[in-house]
Amino acid sequence: MDILRFITAGSVDDGKSTLIGRLLYDSKSIFQDQLEAIEKAGQVNGQINLALLTDGLKAEREQGITIDVAYKYFSTPKRKFIIADAPGHVQYTRNMVTGASNSDLAIILIDARKGVIEQTYRHSYIVSLLRIPYVVVCVNKMDLVDFSEEVFLNIQKQYLEFAKDLDLKSIHFLPISALNGDNVVDLSTSMPWWKGKSLLGFLEEIEIHTEEESPAPRFPVQNVIRPQTTEYHDYRGYAGQIRSGHFTVGDSITVLPSGLKSKIKAIDTYAGSIQTAYAPMSVAIRLEDELDVSRGDMLVVTGQEPTTSQDLEAHICWMDQKPMTPGSKYLLRQTTNAVKASIRSLEYRVETSTHEKKEQTSLALNEIGKVTIRTAKPVAYDPYSKIRGTGSFILVDEGTNQTVGAGMLL
Amino acid sequence: MTELHRLSHLDQLESEAIYILREVAAQFERPALLFSGGKDSICLVHLALKAFRPGKFPFPLVHIDTGHNFDEALKFRDDLAERTGEKLIVRYVQDSIDQGKAVEEKGKFPSRNAIQAVTLLDTIAEFKFDACIGGARRDEEKARAKERIFSVRDEFGSWDPKLQRPELWNIYNGKIHVGENVRVFPISNWTELDVWEYIRKEKIELPSLYFSHQREIVWREDLVFPVSKFISLDNSDKVETRTVRFRTVGDMTCTAAVESEAISIDDIIREIQISRTTERGSRLDDKRSEAAMEDRKKGGYF
Repeated sequence: MDILRFITAGSVDDGKSTLIGRLLYDSKSIFQDQLEAIEKAGQVNGQINLALLTDGLKAEREQGITIDVAYKYFSTPKRKFIIADAPGHVQYTRNMVTGASNSDLAIILIDARKGVIEQTYRHSYIVSLLRIPYVVVCVNKMDLVDFSEEVFLNIQKQYLEFAKDLDLKSIHFLPISALNGDNVVDLSTSMPWWKGKSLLGFLEEIEIHTEEESPAPRFPVQNVIRPQTTEYHDYRGYAGQIRSGHFTVGDSITVLPSGLKSKIKAIDTYAGSIQTAYAPMSVAIRLEDELDVSRGDMLVVTGQEPTTSQDLEAHICWMDQKPMTPGSKYLLRQTTNAVKASIRSLEYRVETSTHEKKEQTSLALNEIGKVTIRTAKPVAYDPYSKIRGTGSFILVDEGTNQTVGAGMLL
Repeated sequence: MTELHRLSHLDQLESEAIYILREVAAQFERPALLFSGGKDSICLVHLALKAFRPGKFPFPLVHIDTGHNFDEALKFRDDLAERTGEKLIVRYVQDSIDQGKAVEEKGKFPSRNAIQAVTLLDTIAEFKFDACIGGARRDEEKARAKERIFSVRDEFGSWDPKLQRPELWNIYNGKIHVGENVRVFPISNWTELDVWEYIRKEKIELPSLYFSHQREIVWREDLVFPVSKFISLDNSDKVETRTVRFRTVGDMTCTAAVESEAISIDDIIREIQISRTTERGSRLDDKRSEAAMEDRKKGGYF
């Protein structure tokens, strides 16, 4: 059994929470005591309000909207699923980016009565920017358009037209009614024209390939394990999680950014030493030579080095009330590395609903743009489009300690 | 090379948790691992072995002892500390009560769950802990589902659900001001079933409470409660002996048992797979109000 992590995106009233509730309910992932709790809270259109399953905060229940990302879990005999339920409001773009950053798949909801709207553009842009490889467009509320195939096909056409400009690898469409459960877990009898799978059937079977399986081996060092006991007097293990590719004992290794070279002597786990380790395993690597290696360094296989530079170009999503202006300094965290950085320039801001590039002097909360950054020390990285794990970073305001920006390196 | 290798869901969850524990070690000066003797914190200790052996843990194990614990859990706690050779710090809710800092609840079923936070915050201050690792899972409760893996608490230990830091990819931001601390939840993404499957896979030892045994009980709001010196019985209470086990282990005053014949991990996993109630359904303190957990967390609780 493996894990599929997905995000649900959609406008406020498109029925995201209801869809998740329906997935959990029809796949029998809801427990009796949870059901009783939401039944107590009242009904919507004569049915229990499944949306209450996901809105976990008081303020959310009071306002009937999702404020922050909630994570939900369910599994079938085929897969374990982790759902990032992200808010749809534009003022919560940063929360959607948060939820999207760890997802392999995005469900984009469209209200069948409204078709593709501004929010659809915005969410699809974020999905494309965050490089979520798989997109499932669920045309919801089919019950309100008489389960019309024509409506569904029109929306499909409309979506594909604007998605041409986006970098979405694989797009699938599904007609559903989250409220009634049509094509969510069980196939609908109201849409005999639909020959595809149900949403759950689709989620269970889709083959997910993540970049962690990409060939370039990357191992950011987290800690150095040095017990200095009699038994392990000379032990020096570099602990970390393999971000991509795999490492085998005997591989020639380059340490970045220093460029020092050695070979892998051993790969250790608590259960014993192993010959080969794959992403995303957490292991400890020992090298044949005594080198100066510490947290923030990256071990890579010699000949497959990433870029190492102090000048970076990136897309950035701004997440702080205080706008980002060129010249500002931040702490940049990328893999296990933390380095001081300053924003050199803001090339443009992207209008997320139209994808237009606009000239602007600063980035406000929830805005996305392209920047150039200068770091105090060289950073070893891959383009985000190749390896998410080494091409992503956050910016931390050293005054407030807040995470203020999310970056994707070009 | 285009060789594909897919980790199982348990291996992925394990790797993620080890990564998080190592981030705590790297980003904080004085972390602690909160250990209660329950299955989730026992898994955390096992994961710490995987993260730091052959080295020592870069943090002590800390138990906030409410004084209402099961003897089996306390014995297990002490044995585990001895077996691993790791440092164990215990602080007592009773001391906070004696010092007048915490006030015991009145009533038939007084719970020390809420005032546990007082002792925890004092312990954090005493040792200047800047990070506390806990075994909470997002599947436990709806307020937990909202919580970050690195959850920043202010100097009063409060959680503000509306002011959480965005948490992106697996880049965790542990930067805090003096006096603040971070609660870290390495097994956030695990479900109850994942924990049990992991315990089976790794052959992790557990206190005997989790397995079926005979015990004196009373009924409370359709829940089965263990008879102990911490609850007061009156004439309306009928003490019975039943075959039970505990699905979750907290205080004797607020942890209900379930009637069960499960004597092995396999039995337990089968039982959970067909169960129609959540683990938290047997926690009386969560049933007090719609937002009981959220309110406790705002007050410094885990």
